[in-house]
Amino acid sequence: MDAMKRYFRSPAAVIGLILLLLVIAMAVSAGFLYPRDPLALAGRPLIWPFSNPRFLLGTDNSGRDIAAQIFYGARISLLIGGVATVIAILIGILVGAFAGYYGGWVDNVLMRITEAFQTLPNFVLLLVLVAVFGSTLTTVTIAVGVVSWPAPARLTRAEFLSLRNREFVQAGKTLGMKDVQLILGEILPNALPPVIVYASVVMAVAILLESALAFLRLSDPNVASWGNLIGLGRDVLRVQWYVSAIPGIAILVTVLAVSLVGQGLNDALNPRLKSR
Amino acid sequence: MRILSLAGRRLAASIPTLFLILIGVFLLLQLAPGDTVDALMAQMGGGDAASAEALRKFYGLDLSVPAQLGNYLWHLVRLDLGFSSIYGKPVATVILERLPPTILLMTASLSFAFFFGLVFGVIASRGVNRWPDTLISTLGLIFYATPSFWFGLMAIVVFSVYLQWLPPGGFEDIGTVQTGIWRVLDIAAHLVLPTLTLGLIFLAIYLRIMRASMLEVLNLDFVRTARAKGLDETHVITRHVLRNALLPMVTLIGLQAGTMLGGSVVVESVFSLPGLGRLAYESVVQRDLNTLLGIVFVSALLVISVNFVVDLLYARLDPRIAAEG
Repeated sequence: MDAMKRYFRSPAAVIGLILLLLVIAMAVSAGFLYPRDPLALAGRPLIWPFSNPRFLLGTDNSGRDIAAQIFYGARISLLIGGVATVIAILIGILVGAFAGYYGGWVDNVLMRITEAFQTLPNFVLLLVLVAVFGSTLTTVTIAVGVVSWPAPARLTRAEFLSLRNREFVQAGKTLGMKDVQLILGEILPNALPPVIVYASVVMAVAILLESALAFLRLSDPNVASWGNLIGLGRDVLRVQWYVSAIPGIAILVTVLAVSLVGQGLNDALNPRLKSR
Repeated sequence: MRILSLAGRRLAASIPTLFLILIGVFLLLQLAPGDTVDALMAQMGGGDAASAEALRKFYGLDLSVPAQLGNYLWHLVRLDLGFSSIYGKPVATVILERLPPTILLMTASLSFAFFFGLVFGVIASRGVNRWPDTLISTLGLIFYATPSFWFGLMAIVVFSVYLQWLPPGGFEDIGTVQTGIWRVLDIAAHLVLPTLTLGLIFLAIYLRIMRASMLEVLNLDFVRTARAKGLDETHVITRHVLRNALLPMVTLIGLQAGTMLGGSVVVESVFSLPGLGRLAYESVVQRDLNTLLGIVFVSALLVISVNFVVDLLYARLDPRIAAEG
């Protein structure tokens, strides 16, 4: 395929894909490489990395294996990032499609709501949602998804606005197709590619939002997540800075990988729009 | 004058949005487990049901939800945000005390990100696809992916713990009382690391936009005309290209105002700055919902004001906007 060839011609996109596959491999192999609970005590606390072959990346303040937490953390980050992105994109498509297709007062009302969500800083809204619904894995994932939908909604709306008066849509109307058929079957497939590419941005931000929440100890404390570990390492930052440093690099690599893959996809799918 | 009325109309349009946010968050907070009285009783070390009932009556919490909402909005019109039982002060006072560090931090970060984003963006676009461009673009990608709180912690390790150049946190040195210029310098030293931390991700965004925007404008006809007139390259860039390439950057300030405010919640927590963001975090932990609602109101207000200023700035940079409409 043409797009695929273009994707693999960009070194940045290939590096991104390799990094992303690496993180996915970590998430998949976590249970196999570290069969024990990553949050169980494993050894002496605060062993430096590379000093004990049993704990390659050392141990944290309470003697838990950092390497195991990093591997299991990959699961949590990908899970929260992925599911939250799906939620945000679905809400965004729904709102954007209705607003763009119907226009008029529907558009007005939906865009007002979108604007309200965009005016309120999304991290502040995230704090409110966590304050109200608590911080379990499920609620945090949904909350991150709920604060991230406005941008995809605007993008979908713009696509719908430019597509809804094209000939193929009018042809469908003349054939007597229902609105739902037109929206889902005719316009949406054409509006989808840029929204899917934008999903990478949503996912990168979602991972960063969750890790920030976890760092503030407002995310689920009962799972091994990178943000939790950074927050924990803060207590011993002065000397054992590696406890915070290692999971931070994991977040950086993951977010970088997701952004690079997204940019690569964008350039491969819209070769004419490629930013020089 | 025309500019002002244009921006004023946009400002008026944001008032319904503000009410939508307040009503939405107010109703949302009704679902929260426990209310102000519960928090208050917990702080007093418990109490009997009768005094809880009396307190609820005192705070108007025994009314129906619509009546409470009406009460809240009516008080709000008179700039009364209610009472924070945790801090024992009116919410408006608590927020006003915490506002200056946040505004200072946001202004500093924005200036830092805008200025260096502009400079790096111009440098990258001048040497497109050569090593300065590759280096700057790569750094931009890495900065974009760096979690701000983690960068802040690492900066503390390097600059405060090992090099001991800068203080690790706080807004000013509370050990010694300083006045005048010394106090200003002291606060500035405390704000260096938070500013870098908060500004980093925006620097990445700005330099990317600036680079793309420069490349876009450099291809336009009027630039060729300017060159054909025999203007030297510096003149073309500074007088003709830069001004036009700045437009998307200014738009971005408005779009990013909310994100920046959200980011300051985390950064203020890392550096224990007594600002609005830290107050938001504290009010979540202490279940001080009245204060949380007040913060929602003030943050929305801040974002709307930033957008108002951006509208004015935009019209100044691009005369076509004031001419139309």
